Amino acid sequence: MPELIAKSALDGRSLTLAGVTLAEASAGPITSIAILQDGAKDVAKGLKPLGLAFPKPQQFTEKAGVRIVWTGRDQAFLIGVAPPELEGAAVTDQSDGWTVLAVTGVAAVDVLARLVPMDLRPAAFPVKQVLRTQVSHMNAIILRTGDYAVEIMVFRSMARTAWHEVQTAMEMVAARSGIKI
Amino acid sequence: MRLKCPLCGDRDRREFYYYGAEDYLHRPAEGAPLAEWDNYLHLRDNPAGVLRDLWYHEAGCSQWLLVTRNTVTHEIASVELVAERAK
Ligand SMILES: [Zn+2]
Repeated sequence: MPELIAKSALDGRSLTLAGVTLAEASAGPITSIAILQDGAKDVAKGLKPLGLAFPKPQQFTEKAGVRIVWTGRDQAFLIGVAPPELEGAAVTDQSDGWTVLAVTGVAAVDVLARLVPMDLRPAAFPVKQVLRTQVSHMNAIILRTGDYAVEIMVFRSMARTAWHEVQTAMEMVAARSGIKI
Repeated sequence: MRLKCPLCGDRDRREFYYYGAEDYLHRPAEGAPLAEWDNYLHLRDNPAGVLRDLWYHEAGCSQWLLVTRNTVTHEIASVELVAERAK
């Protein structure tokens, strides 16, 4: 089979305004793991070789560049590695279905405060926490990846809309801080 | 109004889709008398006080929730996962 080149929705573009950087991140393979009834033990066993455990609600863990992210009741996304053999779960390739936007910088939270109906400040949303909520009216998965870093996963079909929303909020925050844009 | 989703935590009402009374969880068995189906489909109480109804966490974890709340005081007494409840 010929080698096909995977293209991301936003060509890996990035934009910096007033110290906040918005960039498309490349996530690698994304696999949904939905635990079947009484399957939790088998899933735990299958994840062991990766050194990962199935995450608790609103949590994600990371090991050697591989993440496992809670995304719903008895459901998690394994990101950054091809999935291992798993019993006890419905395993679905989601790689092409998502776009990941990384928002970094001290004022990243101020930008997202204009779009997300949740308190994303570090005290309420610490590192290694994940939320399923909305960005404007788009359903999203939001990960706190660092003290000044947040990643937003949206449906790939919404990539440009999400980019536009975040960029507009960045322009507003930049204007407020008195910086010419 | 805010609902404390058992999975997602405290969330604004606008994240939820309203469905209706708890009665929808109690579907009559096949062959049940017509009066029971009539009750299930159409007859609802409209209490001034404690009410149990179904909400869907549309903008969050996509779970159905059974909410016990008070229509007079607006107090939310409990929010349970319908899926866990059926287990
Ligand atoms: Zn929820």
